[in-house]
Amino acid sequence: MKKKNKTLRMMIRNIPIYVMALPGLIYLFINNYMPLPGLVLAFKNYNARKGIWGSPWAGLSNFTYLFATSDAYVITRNTILYNLAFIVINTVLSIAVAIILSELKNKIKNFYQSVILLPHLISAVIISYIVFAFLSTESGFINNTMRRLFNAEPIAWYAEKKYWPFILVFVSAWKSVGYQCIIYLATLLGFDRSYYEAADLDGATVWQQIRLITLPLLRPTIIMLTMMAVGRIFYSDFGLFYQVPQNSGALFPVTNTIDTYVYRGLLEAGNISMSAAAGFYQSIVGFILVLGANLLVRKFDRDSALF
Amino acid sequence: MNTNDKKAFQIIGHIVMIILTLLAMLPLILILMASLTDDTALIQDGYRFVPRVFSTAAYEYIFSSSDTVLRAYGISIVLTICGTMISVVITTMLAYALAKKNLPGKGLLNFLVFFTMLFNGGLVPTYMNYTNVFGLKNTFWALMIPNLLMNAFNVMMVKSYFASSVPDEIVEAAFIDGATEFQTFYRICLPLAKPIIATIALFVGIAYWNDWNNGYIYLTKRTDLFSIQNLLNRMIKNIQALQQNANVVNTDSAIASMPAVSIRMAIAVVGILPVIIIYPFIQKNFVKGITLGGVKG
Repeated sequence: MKKKNKTLRMMIRNIPIYVMALPGLIYLFINNYMPLPGLVLAFKNYNARKGIWGSPWAGLSNFTYLFATSDAYVITRNTILYNLAFIVINTVLSIAVAIILSELKNKIKNFYQSVILLPHLISAVIISYIVFAFLSTESGFINNTMRRLFNAEPIAWYAEKKYWPFILVFVSAWKSVGYQCIIYLATLLGFDRSYYEAADLDGATVWQQIRLITLPLLRPTIIMLTMMAVGRIFYSDFGLFYQVPQNSGALFPVTNTIDTYVYRGLLEAGNISMSAAAGFYQSIVGFILVLGANLLVRKFDRDSALF
Repeated sequence: MNTNDKKAFQIIGHIVMIILTLLAMLPLILILMASLTDDTALIQDGYRFVPRVFSTAAYEYIFSSSDTVLRAYGISIVLTICGTMISVVITTMLAYALAKKNLPGKGLLNFLVFFTMLFNGGLVPTYMNYTNVFGLKNTFWALMIPNLLMNAFNVMMVKSYFASSVPDEIVEAAFIDGATEFQTFYRICLPLAKPIIATIALFVGIAYWNDWNNGYIYLTKRTDLFSIQNLLNRMIKNIQALQQNANVVNTDSAIASMPAVSIRMAIAVVGILPVIIIYPFIQKNFVKGITLGGVKG
């Protein structure tokens, strides 16, 4: 009884604090909690006139329909494979760049670092313009240069799906390596220099120092960031997959991911039930993966886990 | 001693970094050059690094004939400034509450904020909520509110900054001097948290400036509310959009003289410009922010 009174007194005294927290909490309620009941749409036959709750139940038919088409397989495969490729390639490149930047003596390295970070600040729409300037069939830089130098036939880049896995991996690296290397660089600069001084005295080459000192010390960071990325493997970089291929239908087999599928279902095809089913699938599997990755990170290093 | 080996590493390192720097920069230079090329030359030769016929017609068109571009630019600026300010206010206030020791119900509040980082309803339920419940569609608020106004990640970053870098003694001393809770927050904690506030303001500001998603989803009819990103997004699909929306005084002659190809690139350049201009000033803070959030990002 006494304890309860004390809590109540504390709450009354803290009313100003609750008031300060309120706007943020209201926003989260509106933006993140209120949509949650809408997940039932995945189990309904949506009818705009009847609304979410008035629409008839469809049981699991949206899901059976979704998984009966090849769409579910293609979007899942694309989402996961592209993310895996991005994780491996961007991680390797980021570490390489971070190691080079940490070893360079000249101050110009700050300039290098600033410039390679710049692409990260450019919007997906503008990136799609840049890619278009290179790949446009009639006036693109690549087709024109090839024609002028080798008299080569122009390639219809936006209609040939075989090139796109490489293009998307390249664009992703262009955009993210400058960003990701910062985290590795910050970790590298925190290492104890005496290891390197000792290695120098023993006559170790730079390559040996990287392999035997830097990489082992960097291992915890690499494992952690990779696990975090694996936890997000069911979510794709929407701007990259939607904007950069310019919504070209011929490319869908290699550019359609879960996010772009949900988007097109809602906004273009008007197939809201199917879109809701795919979105539900992403939310649930994504949630399980985030939880799983976090449990692993927690086992590995408690301080770095999200919870 | 391996001085040779070290020298070789320095040289190779510089070469690799120069190549990467060029790779990062050249695409931007290509669109800059395209925007400065005469339209007919551009159609004939395609995009090139060195314009054959130099022309500033595209920029002249943007800044004189078409108020569509200027309006979109203005909307982007207003959106970015207002959105960032509101975001910083509600984020820091919530973070301050969560950083408070002995606050009853703190565990629950923390969980409610944190859970949003793990699970979300996704696009369809969010769209239904904002359209059907709040009627946000085709209003300016649709650009500002969905998903961008505040995120749990920034709240957590500011909260841990408050908890670790604002000493309890100072806060208590303020109370003893008769400061209210809000005065303590405003006069003492906020100034101490300037570095982290600058960082989140930067992240939020860039997110607003670069966002095209909200306008694309929610502004189906009110194209006059388009931000610069939405305008670009629409224009890459058809240059007609500019002509349809242009409230130009002398419509026919303005369209006839419009440099259709170079103008797209010019708007793209104008869209990146603010970021490039402030970049040298924000770069340090930005890097610091990435390092702070990086391990958990």
